Amino acid sequence: MRGTIPISVEQGQRRGFTRWDIVAALLVLGLLVFIGEASRHLLQPLTELQAAPVSLDPMRLPEYAARTTLRMLVALLLSLVFTFTYATLAAKSRRAEKLLVPLLDILQSVPILGFISVTVVFFMSLAPGRVLGAEFAAVFAIFTSQAWNMAFSFYQSLRTVPVELLEASRVFKLSRWMQFWRVEAPFAMPQLIWNMMVSMSGSWFFVVASEAISVGNTTVTLPGIGSYIALAITQENLHAVVWAIAAMMIVILLYDQILFRPLVAWADRFRFEQQAGVMPPRSWVLDVLRRSGAVATLMAPLGRLWRRTMRWSLFEPGPRIAVVKRLNSRWVDGLWLACLAALAAYVMWRVGDFVAGNVSWQEFGRALLLGAVTLARVTILIVIATVIWLPLGVMIGMRPRLAQFIQPAAQFLAAFPANVLFPIAVSAIVVLKLDPNIWLSPLMILGTQWYILFNVVAGAMSIPSEMRDVGTNLQIRGWLWWRKIAIPAVFPYYVTGAITASGGSWNASIVAEVASWGSTKLQAYGLGAYIAQATEAGDFQRIVLGVAVMSLYVVILNRILWRPLYWYAERKFRLE
Amino acid sequence: MTEALLEIRACCQAFPKADGEDLLVLDDINLTMKQGEIIGLLGRSGSGKSTLLRLIAGLALPVKGSLVYQGRTISGPAPGISMVFQSSALFPWLTVLENVELGLEALGLPDDEIRKRALAGIDLIGLDGYESAYPRELSGGMRQRVGFARALVVHPNILLMDEPFSALDVLTAETLRTDFLELWKDGRLPIKGVVLVTHNIEEAVLMCDRILVFSRNPGHITEEIKVDLPHPRSRMDATFRDLVERSYVALTAKPAPTRAADRFAAAGIDMVLPRVSANAMAGLMEAVAGAPYDGKADLPVIASTLQMEVDDLFPVAEALQLLRFTDIEGGDIRLTDKGKQFAEAGVDERKKLFQNELLTYVPLAGHIRRVLQERTNHMAPKRRFIDELEDHMTEEAADSTLRAVVAWARFAEAFAYDDRSETFSLDNPT
Repeated sequence: MRGTIPISVEQGQRRGFTRWDIVAALLVLGLLVFIGEASRHLLQPLTELQAAPVSLDPMRLPEYAARTTLRMLVALLLSLVFTFTYATLAAKSRRAEKLLVPLLDILQSVPILGFISVTVVFFMSLAPGRVLGAEFAAVFAIFTSQAWNMAFSFYQSLRTVPVELLEASRVFKLSRWMQFWRVEAPFAMPQLIWNMMVSMSGSWFFVVASEAISVGNTTVTLPGIGSYIALAITQENLHAVVWAIAAMMIVILLYDQILFRPLVAWADRFRFEQQAGVMPPRSWVLDVLRRSGAVATLMAPLGRLWRRTMRWSLFEPGPRIAVVKRLNSRWVDGLWLACLAALAAYVMWRVGDFVAGNVSWQEFGRALLLGAVTLARVTILIVIATVIWLPLGVMIGMRPRLAQFIQPAAQFLAAFPANVLFPIAVSAIVVLKLDPNIWLSPLMILGTQWYILFNVVAGAMSIPSEMRDVGTNLQIRGWLWWRKIAIPAVFPYYVTGAITASGGSWNASIVAEVASWGSTKLQAYGLGAYIAQATEAGDFQRIVLGVAVMSLYVVILNRILWRPLYWYAERKFRLE
Repeated sequence: MTEALLEIRACCQAFPKADGEDLLVLDDINLTMKQGEIIGLLGRSGSGKSTLLRLIAGLALPVKGSLVYQGRTISGPAPGISMVFQSSALFPWLTVLENVELGLEALGLPDDEIRKRALAGIDLIGLDGYESAYPRELSGGMRQRVGFARALVVHPNILLMDEPFSALDVLTAETLRTDFLELWKDGRLPIKGVVLVTHNIEEAVLMCDRILVFSRNPGHITEEIKVDLPHPRSRMDATFRDLVERSYVALTAKPAPTRAADRFAAAGIDMVLPRVSANAMAGLMEAVAGAPYDGKADLPVIASTLQMEVDDLFPVAEALQLLRFTDIEGGDIRLTDKGKQFAEAGVDERKKLFQNELLTYVPLAGHIRRVLQERTNHMAPKRRFIDELEDHMTEEAADSTLRAVVAWARFAEAFAYDDRSETFSLDNPT
């Protein structure tokens, strides 16, 4: 029927050894060395750590950086596994959804930092006396700062897979396994990768807290950038802090180039909108890997193996039709709801019992009051950030060249943990005799304000040129232009950014309301400081109380402010 | 060769409404499909033709009756039945070749067999050279070709087509139709029968051996039209034109004018209103009033003059009939006295006429107006009417009906609606 096959998909005859192979080989080797170097100490006994404590010698920084990065990457991997299971279950099972989605919503707003010391005991017991246990605890802490938003995005994506694609996959009898990997996961990929980047940035914040773990009286300090910074702060060593910041920047740059750029470029083909004319993202690493014949030869068998799994009849497609057994299904629904209600009541009773036995109403009132103070702080900060970044963001977004440069810079700044600026902030406050209640606050929004900036920039960039032309044509200028064109156009994007910034600031308050530099310790009046203090004192009741009150504030704020605002923006201003 | 390929017996389909009752969308469908047949399901939107196709595809199960294929009741996507989707439904992250191979992979065929069959399918459908392209790089027509190739390579017995040409421009659609018919006639397609859903009458007459005309409320088959013309068929052929005219008549036959009047008179607010703009109605009335029609026109003729598809024209004609501006009978549309008056009137008088007809003959409009008048502040929330409507129809239909009546009321200045606060009121901004 046909003679030659003029297509490039045939992988039989690849070019010989090319210079790309050399680069690719170096990349792969580098990766292996990195993993080996960073995981060398895992099985050592804990006493080894005490024998060789963290040192401020900058020469040790590469090793510390490697270990910290590996922890973050392992946590990211766990977050992915969690995402693929939890979110999939929530999206696929109507009954599981009822429990899992609100649970995720709460988990998202719980400041996990407060829980680190609680979970540590459990993880240390998994590998008693070994470094591994402490590593587990650290990785888990980082995991909790990464997983929720990834799972949420994946769940949202799964719920919005276009119906016709699902029907096509059913008509062509794809097994569930195949449908997941060929249809649903690809559809969710771009959004998921974006959230992975955000998670990775966000988790830097927790690295400092998670690497220096105290259990009762003993403190385990895992070698890493986080503990390096912590030590530098206690020893008032400014040089070391600068070194740590430099190391951190290099690490962020490296994983951006080696991991995320390639992922973004690779995931570009999973974009569902079939628009043309937008420059696809590029990555030199991906180009190298794609052009290398050796990598292709190595990957081919893996690809074949992967495709083979698509044939697993383990996941039979079956009829998979919602057969309407209404009566029956209503009974089961009722039963399920009753079970959930019973569970909720039981948990509430237990928590109430736990807290009430040791915490007075007065204490509860105090926590509420402190929460209100932190709420005021967050609100004022968001307002200030809005006043600064909204106009700037719009102006930047209107100039695409500038935006191209600013966008990655803002994303980079979002990764910057506030902790490393403590030395400067604390010195300034002490020297100038400032009020910590006011001047510690900016640290809360330091990392999160950038979400407002880059979302607004993205929004301004997406204003159709026709709309801008209309503004020019009608000579709309000044305040009128802002009021009628710019602000409405970027509003949905702004709300998205502000939600992230607000949530992040709450979380950051635990770190930012208490700052120390050597023996100087500054403390602001707020819920974050309350939780931080309770954590330091190992007072579980207060930790639970503080965390619960903070979750309460965040959830209520989301329900009565952000979510309605988001829907309003979606409905009113979204440009079709 | 006369053995039945597919047997549909007394099939009914219904969807639950908000009030818990069922809304019947397909009523008592019977169909026997023979080998070598192309069957067309022709009807307006909402007549259940696509629902039937989805039943055959196994994407849904009927509430009553059965569909028997190869001696077995269809209880899910059946082997040997594949489908071409209206939007082509390609996976944007897979290349043309990977898209075509997907269905074969799901069958668990060996790798070389998959590649062989996929390439053969691509070759057959004229996609050579595009194997490594991604769908976003292709034109609509080429994308739909991939959709055909994907459906054909699994060697189905029955090929289902859900308005596969309707999203394409006229020229591309025609090329694709002709190519498909040529392959079909030459017996080069690995299929034994085709079910084509369409709202395009000429397309149905051009492609099908048998046309089943659907009518709605609830969806059922009103007429079966046999097309005995040999392929390739010419649109200019007298018999062809006759069949097109017959199909038009069949499509417009229901509801008959007298019965329609009864139905509308008896109808309450539970009527699902079509989303038709007042401007489109005015345009059609003007066209029918003007030369050479002078108040009475043949629907196919006026459709082609206005360059409209049946599916676009029918709702307009129906809305006009509802407002008593026109009568529809046997494929003709005729202006009533009010209709003629409207066509000649100026803007303000048109609004007055429209308001009068709207409040008199659209029970929902009259109802909303009365409620607003009775209330002291002359305001009412949208929820109030939505709840009322949802007792009678699905959530979507209620929303769409309310939007339709709002659009008409705005034109007629009968009452106002503020979408921000979701309230109806009597006063328009002055």
